[in-house]
Amino acid sequence: MSSQKRVKDSQAQKRTSQGSDTYETNLLAGEEKEDLNDSKRSLKHGQDNIAEDYGHADDQGEDALQIAVRYFEKGPIKTSQSKDKILEKHLKTVENVAWKNGLAPEGIDILLNVALSGKFGSAVNTRILKCMIPTTLIPEDSVVKAVSWLCVGKCSGSTKVLFYRWLVAMFDFIDHKDQINLLYGFFFASLQDDALCPYVCHLLYLLTRKENVKPFRVRKLLDLQAKMGMQPHLQALLSLYKFFAPTLISVSLPARKKIYFKNSENLWKAALFAVRQRNQGPPPEPLKLMLGPAQVHPVKRKWNSCSVIPVLNSSSCSKECGKKGMTLSDYLSSNGSFPLEQLKSFPQLLQNIHCLELPSQMGAVLNNSLLLHYINCVKDESILLRLYHWLSQTLQEECIWYKMNNYEHGKEFTNFLDTIIRAECFLQEGFYSCETFLYKSLPLWDGFCCRSQFLQLVSWIPFSSFSELKPLLFDHLAQLFFTSTIYFKCSVLQSLKELLQNWLLWLSADIHMKPVMNSPLETTLGGSMNSVSELIQYVGRLSTTAMRLENNSTFLLHFILDFYEKVCDIYINYNLPLVVLFPLGIFYSALLSLDSSILNQLCYIMHRYRNNLTAAKKNELVQKTKSEFNFSSKTYQEFNHYLTAMVGCLWTSKPFQKGLYIDPEVLEKTGIAEYKNSLNLVHHPALLNYAVSFLLQGKKWNWYLDYLFSEGLQGLKLFIRSSIHHSSVP
Amino acid sequence: MDSYDTSESTPRHSASSRLKDYFIGATPLQKRLESVRKLTSFIPTPPRRKIPQCSQLQEDNDPQKVAFLLHKQWTLYSLTPLYKFSYTNLKEYSRLLSAFIAAEKQKGLAVEVGEDFNIKVTFSTLLGMKGTQRDSEAFLVQILSKSQLPSENREHKVLWTGWFCCIFGDSLLETVSEDFTCVPLFLANGAETNTAIVGTWFQKTFDCYFSPLAINAFNLSWMAAMWTACKMDQYMAATEFLWSVPCSPQSLDISYAIHPEDAKALWDSVHKTPGEVTQEEVDLFMDCLYSHFHRHFKIHLSATRLVRVSTSVASAHTDGKIKILCHKYLIGVLAYLTELAIFQID
Repeated sequence: MSSQKRVKDSQAQKRTSQGSDTYETNLLAGEEKEDLNDSKRSLKHGQDNIAEDYGHADDQGEDALQIAVRYFEKGPIKTSQSKDKILEKHLKTVENVAWKNGLAPEGIDILLNVALSGKFGSAVNTRILKCMIPTTLIPEDSVVKAVSWLCVGKCSGSTKVLFYRWLVAMFDFIDHKDQINLLYGFFFASLQDDALCPYVCHLLYLLTRKENVKPFRVRKLLDLQAKMGMQPHLQALLSLYKFFAPTLISVSLPARKKIYFKNSENLWKAALFAVRQRNQGPPPEPLKLMLGPAQVHPVKRKWNSCSVIPVLNSSSCSKECGKKGMTLSDYLSSNGSFPLEQLKSFPQLLQNIHCLELPSQMGAVLNNSLLLHYINCVKDESILLRLYHWLSQTLQEECIWYKMNNYEHGKEFTNFLDTIIRAECFLQEGFYSCETFLYKSLPLWDGFCCRSQFLQLVSWIPFSSFSELKPLLFDHLAQLFFTSTIYFKCSVLQSLKELLQNWLLWLSADIHMKPVMNSPLETTLGGSMNSVSELIQYVGRLSTTAMRLENNSTFLLHFILDFYEKVCDIYINYNLPLVVLFPLGIFYSALLSLDSSILNQLCYIMHRYRNNLTAAKKNELVQKTKSEFNFSSKTYQEFNHYLTAMVGCLWTSKPFQKGLYIDPEVLEKTGIAEYKNSLNLVHHPALLNYAVSFLLQGKKWNWYLDYLFSEGLQGLKLFIRSSIHHSSVP
Repeated sequence: MDSYDTSESTPRHSASSRLKDYFIGATPLQKRLESVRKLTSFIPTPPRRKIPQCSQLQEDNDPQKVAFLLHKQWTLYSLTPLYKFSYTNLKEYSRLLSAFIAAEKQKGLAVEVGEDFNIKVTFSTLLGMKGTQRDSEAFLVQILSKSQLPSENREHKVLWTGWFCCIFGDSLLETVSEDFTCVPLFLANGAETNTAIVGTWFQKTFDCYFSPLAINAFNLSWMAAMWTACKMDQYMAATEFLWSVPCSPQSLDISYAIHPEDAKALWDSVHKTPGEVTQEEVDLFMDCLYSHFHRHFKIHLSATRLVRVSTSVASAHTDGKIKILCHKYLIGVLAYLTELAIFQID
């Protein structure tokens, strides 16, 4: 998950001062909430206990706290001489508990009131405010009550500043924000106070919703900017306003990273850490509040801002343009849409899927898996076209070999491809843009640059007619394949195997969707099966030639057989009417290999072919009706030919009589005395090693087979059990 | 790779519906894909093109604006279709773009949309600038500086001009839905920083993509042939070619100027099909030039790279710069450039 998590956030999402990477498809979001509720419940439970076991030794601290809170609630006792002492004692108690375990909602409610009502002196208020640390959450009501004290003018300027700092620091721990948002106008008015301005800005930055952005507020902020100059906190709030209402305001932030708010949390850093840990376990990385592009590149790009993939931004000017002609109902209905910046979890997506605001630049979805879900099920062609155009052009422009001039962006291009591939894996589907990119760039590709990414793109080519793709793609790929190293060959085979698998998955899903395929177009299953079969034959040709070019390399053969392990199981695994056997060149290379694992793999594949063919035969008999997908007897003959050859070599010691016939005279010329035996299970060069160790253990030949099986040759075991054992005994 | 929670059921569903779409080839996206396949599998340019005809400007054109476009050097860009662009909102776009430019120029300082800045942006349509009725209307964007003095003759100085057009862009139109406006060719004149700001605004607002449009030697040869083939009442400039020889430490340029009437005579001698230019003719035309040059200087120009072509009709540089000189053939020149732009965005 890690690489995913780090993908940059949209501006709005960064506003949570909590700093968790909320961008992630939070399928877990629901659970997290439950956890919170749980902890709340346990908290309540804890309090009940206190009430019940009043005076219990363990609850001494809590008890003292209650007394202290009551003391503060009542207000200072004017006559008492030891007033300062008592006050000090109670303050200490509150501080100790708060910093250790945090305060319960009730405690915070009362003490906030005390601090802001001005019952005590400024110094005491400061100390109380500083220890307003919740155990888990702060009730919204308490905050609203506290804010109401600000209007009365009972507290000093410094207390107000501290209160705002506290509010900003604790913002994420306030259980609801709707009531507080109703006070938006009040907070906004406080901007005029120069001392409060930076902190109020920060609070507004966290609090602002789209509906809070009004022309008169924009004007007010611009006035403030004119008065105070380019202040970072104003800049932050203004840019947020622009984000919500681009038709009212425009601001451009320097690409350089910059911190917009002085760290208001400083005072409570340790406490916040503790609360977060109580709330949700280990804390996420600390996050500094920053605006603008999340990724800053050392190389400044001329255009297209700083990152390849646009920042997620729902405010689409085009939608709001022509605002003058907008009627009230238009305005209301536009408010009904769900802003992207609030989209954080999968359930939210489901609830608002009909009224989701889309990003102004569709490319931004690549970094947002929730929106990828959306793209996946959306029927709107223009969304796909926007993505198509953007992705095609970006790939073309960023590609370091397509346009010769930008080699310095190599790393960036690789990362970009990785992002695309992640998205494709997530969707389990390729993008058409990538396909067209492959057409254009493959003829120019050196086979080296971004190899892994490039080949992965190949494996995600959407299913289509092979004969159409061949001249565009596979012919070029073949050229590279034959002229490159063995490692390249293996990577190509690997990605072709994945391509085959992807195509099979799509097709098998398609069949289950529509059991009856009677379209007159080429949409018939037969057409699709042809395409798959051509792909397999193409790989067969590549493999046969590659085996010759690479001197029958075992390493290469492994990759080839891996491919056929997919191929042999198409009928059973994907429920598709297709069995294609491997070419002779591959079969004999594997049968005569010096490597036991190759022989084992061959046996396994033969075993699976057998199962698939028997299953097909059985179905044919059951269905009776002559379907177009009955395999020709040629396939069965071919298989039988391979089977006979194998049994002849490994079991009956009669090699090269049936199947591949070699004139005995030729065989005698090889000078091997008993060539007939030399390929059976005992003498086969791939198994010789086993035979020798078996002899050294001094066991009886009867147990040789069991010995081989116990050595992990499972393929051989399956093959012999199914094809030989019951019929003949040597 | 395992970072996403891969659910298998949903994608399968959509894959299957797309599979069906694929075979039927019904959706715009499918048409798009098919056109790309066609373009990629065959020779990128059709083997024959029409010789530009005399003024194909539609009758409702504004001669003053057309004159303004001539004799200026334009940098070419290809542009993907604009999403939700509306010709009725040009005024609003002017307001938004000028605020955007003002904000970009004073990084970090917010500005109110509609405020009075010392620059002004205008959007206006270029009537009649199209090949067929289906082509989108061309439009012009200008950044003007406002004179500080409230004088009577408020002559605004033009700081930057850019225009968008589509001449015979049918092949592109067929592959997009009606939410899109196709103006695949963008031409800019002025500081590149301004081009970048305007381009960025368009990209953000209409979800489009600008790419510089370079013209390779192959297409330059086509231009040379097509433009030489144009009938001219009077030649304004010599026909000139520029070849670049890659050698160190500095590359060597070979300039080759011919009297335009000689060039026309040469063209007439290789030209067979009336009204059309074929690949064969283009090759022959260039080969004649090469052999002539070789006879005199013993240099094989075919081994160098053609980087610029200038004729009385227009001049073009491989970097994607163009200057159109002849009013009569404006549409013809733009039609070819539109074709190249569409090829790039396909």
